[in-house]
Amino acid sequence: MTVEDLFRGKLVCLAGIEPEEISKSFAQWNRDSEFMRLLDTDPPRLYSSKAIKNWLEKELEKTPDMYWFAIRTLEDDRLLGDVTLSVINWGSREAFVGIAIGAREFWGKGYGTDAMQLLLRYGFIELNLQRISLNVFEFNQRALRSYEKAGFRLEGRQRQMIQRDGCRWDIIYMGILREEWMENYGNRNSDQ
Amino acid sequence: MLDIQTPLFEAQDIRLGPIDHDKDPEVESKWTHDYEFMRLMELKPVRPLAPAMVKKGYESLEKEIEADKNLFYFTIRAREDDRLLGKAVLEWIDWTNGNGFLRLGIGSGPDRGRGLGAQALGLLLRFAFAELNLFRVTIVVPEYCQAAIALVRKFGFVEEVRRRKAILRDGSAWDLLAFGLLRSEWEDAFALSGTTAQSKGG
Repeated sequence: MTVEDLFRGKLVCLAGIEPEEISKSFAQWNRDSEFMRLLDTDPPRLYSSKAIKNWLEKELEKTPDMYWFAIRTLEDDRLLGDVTLSVINWGSREAFVGIAIGAREFWGKGYGTDAMQLLLRYGFIELNLQRISLNVFEFNQRALRSYEKAGFRLEGRQRQMIQRDGCRWDIIYMGILREEWMENYGNRNSDQ
Repeated sequence: MLDIQTPLFEAQDIRLGPIDHDKDPEVESKWTHDYEFMRLMELKPVRPLAPAMVKKGYESLEKEIEADKNLFYFTIRAREDDRLLGKAVLEWIDWTNGNGFLRLGIGSGPDRGRGLGAQALGLLLRFAFAELNLFRVTIVVPEYCQAAIALVRKFGFVEEVRRRKAILRDGSAWDLLAFGLLRSEWEDAFALSGTTAQSKGG
C-alpha cells in the first residue's frame, strides 16, 4: 500500500503547529462558550493568547508522545482547529484522539470528519497503533455522528460524569481497532 | 450511621497511613519485581524498580500532590504491626464535576485473597463520598483481573466501558474495563449501615 500524501484529505490538510498563530486563534475561539463546553469538562477560562502560547510551547516540549497537528482548509489554507493523538501506552499501542474545530462556520460540514480520517490513517499506518480511543460528551451529538462516520464504535458510557446547567451528563467512550480500520478504509489506498 | 467519631482510616485488620520514606521503598521495590503484582496494578509496560527509584517516586508524588491538589495517596498498613501491605489511591479528581478515579493493590502474594483489599476499598469509598463529597468514582481494570472485578462488583460498581483489546500482554489482547459507582448507589448499599461490603455478608 502506498499513500500519496499522508497529510492531505478531501477538504483539509494536517499541518505543523505554529504557536504564535494558533494561540491567537484559540484566544478568539475560546470566547465562544459552546465551543469550550464541547471541548473540556473543566470550567472555561479566557486565557490571553500569550498565556496560551506559553502553555502550548511547554506542552509541545514535555509530551513527545503527543502528535499534534493544525487543521487547515485545502481551499485557502485557513486555520480551522487542531487535532492531537496522544499515545498513552506504547506497549499496547493505544492512543487517544482529541479534535477541535474552532471556526464555527465549519461545524457540521465534514471538515472535522475529514481531519479525523487523516488522523486515523496516520495513527494506523505511520504509528502502527493497535487501537485509537476517544471520549465525547453526551451533549455533543454532532461530534458523535462524525466519529461514527469516521469508523469509531461505541464502547460504553461513564454515567453522569459532568454537571452543567444543573444537569448531569454521561461521557461516551468510542474506539476503533486496527483491523476494523484496515477492513473499511485501508483498502482504499491499496494499489488495485 | 457514620459520624464524626467513626474512624476514616481504620478497618478491622488494616489502616490507611502515610508513606514511610525510610522503610517503604525496600518493601515496594520487592513488589515491583513480582510480575503477578505488576500486571494487576499497572497498565503500561512494567519494569522492576530499585529502592532508590521507589524513593524518588514517592518524592515526586508528594510534589505532585502539593502542586495539583487532586490526588490522595494512602499506604495500606497492618493494624497489628504497621507493616506496609499495599497502596490505595484516589486520583484525577475533578472537583467541579465531583468525580475521581480509584486504584488500589495489596503488594505481596500471601497477603492477597484475605479480604484486606475489600477493607481498604470500603475506607476509600467512604473517604471519596463522605469526606470529599464526590458524586461518582471510577475504577479501570483489565479483564484478566478477576479478583479485582469480583471485588468492585460486590461493592455495587457497574461495568460502564469496555475498551476492546486495549491491553496487549502475554501474547494476548485483553479488554480494559471501566467500572463506575455513584454516590447514591453507595449510600443506598453501605453508608447508612456504616459497614463495608464484607460485613454486609456479600
